[in-house]
Amino acid sequence: MAKTYSAGVQEYRDTYWMPDYTPLESDILACFKVTPQDGVPREELAAAVAAESSTGTWTTVWTDLLTDLDHYKGRAYAIEDVPGDDTCFYAFIAYPLDLFEEGSVVSVMTSLVGNVFGFKALRALRLEDIRFPLAYVMTCNGPPQGIHVERDILNKYGRPMLGCTIKPKLGLSAKNYGRACYEGLRGGLDFTKDDENVTSQPFMRWRPRFDFVMEAINKAEDETGERKGHYLNVTSATADEMMKRAEYAKEIGAPIIMHDYITGGWTANTQLAQWCQDNGMLLHIHRAMHAVIDRNPHHGIHFRVLAKILRLSGGDHLHSGTVVGKLEGDREATLGWIDIMRDSYIKEDRSRGIFFDQDWGSMPGVIPVASGGIHVWHMPALVNIFGDDSVLQFGGGTLGHPWGNAAGAAANRVACEACVEARNMGRELEKEGKDILQSAAKHSPELAIAMETWKEIKFEFDTVDKIDVSHK
Amino acid sequence: MQDYQSSLSDAESRKFETFSYLPAFDAAQTRTQIQYIIDKGWNPSIEHTEPENSFGSYWYMWKLPMFGETDVDAILKELESCHAAHPNNHVRLLGLDNYVQCAGTSMVIFTGKTV
Repeated sequence: MAKTYSAGVQEYRDTYWMPDYTPLESDILACFKVTPQDGVPREELAAAVAAESSTGTWTTVWTDLLTDLDHYKGRAYAIEDVPGDDTCFYAFIAYPLDLFEEGSVVSVMTSLVGNVFGFKALRALRLEDIRFPLAYVMTCNGPPQGIHVERDILNKYGRPMLGCTIKPKLGLSAKNYGRACYEGLRGGLDFTKDDENVTSQPFMRWRPRFDFVMEAINKAEDETGERKGHYLNVTSATADEMMKRAEYAKEIGAPIIMHDYITGGWTANTQLAQWCQDNGMLLHIHRAMHAVIDRNPHHGIHFRVLAKILRLSGGDHLHSGTVVGKLEGDREATLGWIDIMRDSYIKEDRSRGIFFDQDWGSMPGVIPVASGGIHVWHMPALVNIFGDDSVLQFGGGTLGHPWGNAAGAAANRVACEACVEARNMGRELEKEGKDILQSAAKHSPELAIAMETWKEIKFEFDTVDKIDVSHK
Repeated sequence: MQDYQSSLSDAESRKFETFSYLPAFDAAQTRTQIQYIIDKGWNPSIEHTEPENSFGSYWYMWKLPMFGETDVDAILKELESCHAAHPNNHVRLLGLDNYVQCAGTSMVIFTGKTV
């Protein structure tokens, strides 16, 4: 029976609240944390979020009847309390796959976090998680090479890889910058990294930077006999310029380039990732601006969603936070999104903030990068938390060594290998970390002086931390 | 302050990836790492190369990977046989993970005359 047209405003819940709906395997599912304005019923708000992020607008329009909106609409199918927080609730929404363009995180996110975030009836809105169905995952290109191809390209097996962001982050000339890279790489690092602020400023244009850094890589490889790389940042004002720099990096034989996927944009990132796959290049991803979006517990997008977007858009490394020195809940949540980055199937686990099962099929994983404020004393905890498939990045913890970068790099490398050896022997790294490092330092003056320079941190993680599911 | 000792002309500067920044393992340490490969369910595989060709991806396989081998002594014996047959070559032991089709670990057990 055909519907009749009746102009005017309908309640959203009449159309978009479907508590009896069973989501399809092919639906894109989303969990929003909704903070309502006073007096608005939960069902109406959940339905409004479903409507405004899919087919609905504020009033009925006659053209609705030219199509089958019941096929295309988003469906609010469940509501849940947020543990420990009465100001908000979780709304679960299912979107039919047909709403989105294949292989485009831009298409998905333009709908899911578009106009709805400014909706007046909401005080705040946070996208907590998305379940991308395997049918959608298969339309995306994903990481250019993936974890295991990267290991094969770089000949790094059985340990975390080590990196260092070059400092000062702004103001060095290209030749001095290359010197800092060379010293770190010859001392035992696998990678050095452009700071995200480094693009092509007047004090150091991109082209001489690329040339000097490549000379540094080549000499460090000859000297150590090991393979090395430097994340050459190609983030640029335009996609054309970005591609020009990427092409030049390939021309001079650089193994890896870098992009800032949030400030640079997902369209540029997806294009660059596809190019990297076609050109045998590794892609390191930085996440400047993420905290603007993911830090507020009531409004924005959780980082686990941003991590899923990057895996679909494409990147071989992604900065993931360091865990160490943070609060208990952060540890569990970080472990959750590290799994989301690396594993092929992740089960729903509310204790780690994971709201949906996520099947990545055969899409390669992304290597988490722990960077920021870490030094040799953190090494046991980092190796334990992140495991081998990670990049541990010590900026100040390399460059701040009293004898310089090469010694700082060697200290980190010795500490890393000592921890891996101990772990493989079955020792508990976070309990016995001090002893492991002190034993290793007997054979490494570089490590010994690094341990004197930076303060010992306590190894106190012998029990599993309690989970903060309430986001208080 | 100490100078960092490393140069193109000093063969001692050449490293061999995992564990090459630690002092050479004694017999007990080597056994422990071999046991780790076995415990992970990886297939031990022995490769060797002339030192001047060590940068490439492909070293020479010593026989076939030791599929399903779980005896540390048997693996050690093969490592020693390879070393005896090629005393000037580097000899490494890999743990091949057939699920991800990538080495889970790799370590040089004997170093030849480094160049």
